[in-house]
Amino acid sequence: MSKILVSTTVNGEAQEFACDPSTSLLDALRTELHLTGTKEGCGSGDCGACTVSLDGEMVCSCLVLAAEAEGRSIGTVEGIAEGSALHPLQTRFLEHAALQCGFCTPGFLVAAKSLLEKNPDPDETEIRYWLAGNLCRCTGYDKIVRAVQHAAADLRQERTVA
Amino acid sequence: MNDMSGKPQYRVVGTRPVRPDGIDKVTGKAVFSADHFVAGMIYGAILRSPHAHARIRSIDVSKAAALPGVQAVVTGADFPTLQSLEVELGEGGGNIVDFSRNCMARDKVYYDGHAVAAVAATTLAIATEALELITVDYEVLPHVTDLAAAMAPDAPILHDKIRTKGLDTPSDKPTNITMRYVKQHGDAAAGLARAKVVARGSFSSAPVHQGYLEPQACTVSYNADGQVLIWASSQGAFMIRTVTAQILNIPIADIRVTPLEIGGGFGGKTVIYLEPVAVLLSKKSGRPVRLAMSRSDVFRATGPAPGTVCDVAIGADENGILTGAEVIFSGSAGAFPGSGTHPAAICSLACYKIPDYYIEGQDVVTNMACTAAYRSPGAPPIIFAVESVIDELANTLGIDPIDFRLRNAVQEGDPSPTGTPFGPIGLKEILEAAKVHQHWSEPLGPNQGRGIAAGYWPNFGGQSTAAVSLTDDGTVIVTTGSPDIGGSRASMAMMAAEVIGLPYENVRAIVADTSSIGYSMLTGGSRTTFATGKAVVEAAEKVVDEMRSRAAQIWGVDGSEVEWIDGEASCTAPGKEARLTIKQIAGKTGMSVKGPISAESTVNPPDPGPGIAVQIVDVEVDPDTGTVTVLRVTALQDVGRAIHPSYVEGQMQGGVVQGIGWALNEGYVFNAKGQLDNAGFLDYRIPVASDLPMISTVMIEVPWPSHPFGVKGVGEAPICPPMGAVANAVSAATGVRMRHLPMSPDRILSDIAAAQ
Amino acid sequence: MTSATYHAPASVAEAVGLLSANPAAKVIAGGTDLIVQTRSGRVKPSAYVDIKRIAGVSGIRAFEGGFAIGAATPCTALLEDAALCAAWPGVIEAANLIGSVQVRNRATMGGNLCNASPAADSVPALIAAGATCVVAGPGGERVVPVSAIPASPGRTSLAPGEFVVEIRLPAQPANASDAYLRAIPRTEMDIAVAGAGVALVMEGGVCKSARVSLGAVAPTVLLVEAAGAALVGTTLDDAALDAMGEAVRAACKPIDDKRGTASYRTHTAAVLARRAALIARDRAGAKA
Repeated sequence: MSKILVSTTVNGEAQEFACDPSTSLLDALRTELHLTGTKEGCGSGDCGACTVSLDGEMVCSCLVLAAEAEGRSIGTVEGIAEGSALHPLQTRFLEHAALQCGFCTPGFLVAAKSLLEKNPDPDETEIRYWLAGNLCRCTGYDKIVRAVQHAAADLRQERTVA
Repeated sequence: MNDMSGKPQYRVVGTRPVRPDGIDKVTGKAVFSADHFVAGMIYGAILRSPHAHARIRSIDVSKAAALPGVQAVVTGADFPTLQSLEVELGEGGGNIVDFSRNCMARDKVYYDGHAVAAVAATTLAIATEALELITVDYEVLPHVTDLAAAMAPDAPILHDKIRTKGLDTPSDKPTNITMRYVKQHGDAAAGLARAKVVARGSFSSAPVHQGYLEPQACTVSYNADGQVLIWASSQGAFMIRTVTAQILNIPIADIRVTPLEIGGGFGGKTVIYLEPVAVLLSKKSGRPVRLAMSRSDVFRATGPAPGTVCDVAIGADENGILTGAEVIFSGSAGAFPGSGTHPAAICSLACYKIPDYYIEGQDVVTNMACTAAYRSPGAPPIIFAVESVIDELANTLGIDPIDFRLRNAVQEGDPSPTGTPFGPIGLKEILEAAKVHQHWSEPLGPNQGRGIAAGYWPNFGGQSTAAVSLTDDGTVIVTTGSPDIGGSRASMAMMAAEVIGLPYENVRAIVADTSSIGYSMLTGGSRTTFATGKAVVEAAEKVVDEMRSRAAQIWGVDGSEVEWIDGEASCTAPGKEARLTIKQIAGKTGMSVKGPISAESTVNPPDPGPGIAVQIVDVEVDPDTGTVTVLRVTALQDVGRAIHPSYVEGQMQGGVVQGIGWALNEGYVFNAKGQLDNAGFLDYRIPVASDLPMISTVMIEVPWPSHPFGVKGVGEAPICPPMGAVANAVSAATGVRMRHLPMSPDRILSDIAAAQ
Repeated sequence: MTSATYHAPASVAEAVGLLSANPAAKVIAGGTDLIVQTRSGRVKPSAYVDIKRIAGVSGIRAFEGGFAIGAATPCTALLEDAALCAAWPGVIEAANLIGSVQVRNRATMGGNLCNASPAADSVPALIAAGATCVVAGPGGERVVPVSAIPASPGRTSLAPGEFVVEIRLPAQPANASDAYLRAIPRTEMDIAVAGAGVALVMEGGVCKSARVSLGAVAPTVLLVEAAGAALVGTTLDDAALDAMGEAVRAACKPIDDKRGTASYRTHTAAVLARRAALIARDRAGAKA
């Protein structure tokens, strides 16, 4: 069994790691790079807790082979804040109490960020369908949807001011 | 602290600050159970039975042990033999012998997914490969996963020694019915005979899972001197410590459990599965061991809530006053006894004044994973049955369902299920609020229906320890042993800040490991903000007392001449008016001179305020496909006092949505071999965001006198009404009474067809 | 431990060579079925042959008045081609019902087809549309109807060394359209309990041709010719729709399983086919 050396960019930084051919991107992020913010809730693409962006598109990192990440750019929850400055989604998730246990939160944040990059003004239905691949068992989704709506308004405001 | 209306005015309690652990949880820094790394750590894996019921003739682990990289192999033979001992864990309990056998099978496996052996190796891949080299010789036995079948006279017997407890005439016949519990008042038959109308029905529900997003995991390091370090997420680090010690015969003080962040529990993490196995793997290998479940392991081997069957008959007179009731139910406990029979019986009729009733519950073992607590353990499916029959009675009598419930609702002074009079409870207030809520009078469209239901859970008090310490600069640290599963660190800090008179930001709350603070029962039963909160308030009051006493010394006055006002000591001695801030006291007294200011408090309050909730649900049913769309939900609850209203609303909304899942789509499906056929989130269908509307909440505050701020536990009650409310709504939309959970689309169509 | 190897060939020929050399090799495009099946132990590939780095196997191009869609094109990328969405809205909708957005950012119609599940959402829509696919193999390329690929649940008719490189949708007349509907207990994240794809050509309000395809009601996706025939020459009046529903129910050979009962599947397939036919008719009318 020979390891594969993979060169990627993770949250803007060049990263190299060695992995088995069947290692998932999720396991490589967590075990090789110690980026444990990305969670495993199911390992079958059904819960979204492992959501990361891969070349700008959100994917379940449990359903990506780490070897496929060669030369690609990965974004995880650890890369959402800029230094100590929280992203509006993070701020609004906290203000709206959009997390209880917080285990699904990283996946929701990556997914919601992806949504707002593509659709700055989503309606409630669009938010709910976009986030349908992210399970939350604590909140009933209400406060998550509100936090995303609020963050979307913040980002639109920022854009207007800029 | 009182305004003109008599309602207390608080500075911090009732506000909505950001939780102390919030930043960690939105930046990916929070360390959950599978995120903890220990130097030298190796990885464990568990071999699980593919059979629902089998005798283990032999296990050959020699090939696995010989695989390069394998460091330890453990089977049931490595576990000590234990004496029978009943253990109360706070949200249910059981026998330590059963707990041990549930962690690792001995002579028999009782369910698909039952652990039979474990391996630790240098990588998870090697450990997993080693499992395939273990040979287990099984004698497959007839199995029974269905509740009704398990009660049949010729059912396969799980445990030869079980005899039904609580029978009027004891029987020596082996059985799966572990006990019968009866609660009655007056003469139920006479009460029903007095009624003008009696509604009745037979109801059933499939087993469901708590569905927490984080699979169980732990890391364990066993040292040569017998001391054990455990890092795990659970609802109770002290529970892990106690049960692990008892299963392995280790002195309790030799085990130190550090609670990591917990990714949901809902009762499912009030018991343990992995820790004793990991201790043995670590002991054998001499290495720290990580053991984690897969999602499939979680569904197959951890706590579902019981499936139920329930017959209900309730009678009312022509004025809609209830006259009598009969509730007879059974619950499937899974592999070992304990399906919440007692709380289910207690809660089933608790919302209503009924002079004559008979409640009988049975606990039945089946070849399914051993059930664990799940939000109001035992009660929700029985309340579903009762609320469905109440709905039918109201319909038959032509009385508005809220008015019908108001006529019969319990209030302060009425006997509670335990016989003692209810304290201040807000059921009538909730129903009045529901009645005037705009939702209740909103028009409905074609194929739409509206349902309402109520629910009750007694809540729990229990033992808690809290410590409050003042630092040199006047900031404060609150330490508890209660895992924070949904924002409790925030409410602990808020209560301490309120008592001491500090801004919330000057108080930091942490959850300590089991060697760093005194005992606390687990986080469960809606007890933490009530009981641990009470301990925090008491400890904070002791710190205030000490600060007053220091101020008195500084001023040279008697302690009685110092008042604590808005976070400052104020001297009331004539001619000596003066003030000292917390910061000044912390600095001036020179804690280095007079000694640090720190206080601990332990409590065991016996008198929690109950949780009572009412919910209104609108649905639309597609008559051609049976698909149900939930259009609108309003959840009302007596919360006593909301310390952090956002997290109280969150408990209500989360409970409602779990209940909607229970009502519509969730349920265990077993195949002909007794294997769980839907052991994943694809086919165990918890609600997704697009299934739901916003969940409106109405918090009614009827303060509970035995908590300093009036808190009533809020976590359990919200899952009691949803199944009844959804079923009543679907029944209203279709004109056909739905009596089985889940109300899946094919079930709804077949029930409609059967009624025509 | 026999670990798989990972390959990212740069050409179709290289991929065919790898697949031919490793009988237990598996093609990975989106990986959303393959990785799940590998993790559960259901499949044990000796090699992963990642086709996403082959030029021309991803992306959409115009072809003979219709469209050629690379087999590694993720479902969400289909939404960005306005002409494709206008011509075959049912196919695009079907492909974008699979899993979640995360899954559809990886999952492909090629993979959905070659996973050979009778409940695959895009397959009934493709079959109703009369789609074909290009299969590359040791003997070169061949073009076969999409309906020829699934053989039985989980098995395809592909020969060793072969893989699907492209799916082709035919040219769509101006007054034609399609639709796909499925029944699931939730609103997202489920496998179809029953699915129906309908493609129609209308002329002056009368149906000139119709293809009706059903998912999750038989071991493979069905093309129900009698159901299509029941619509041809009609305005899709109630009698025609009833006759189509009758033909649909007659064609269903479902099983009871954890996702639904056989009788529910048969009943619902007819309901969905009727609704899909009306949507397709309205779409065709809106175009004309």
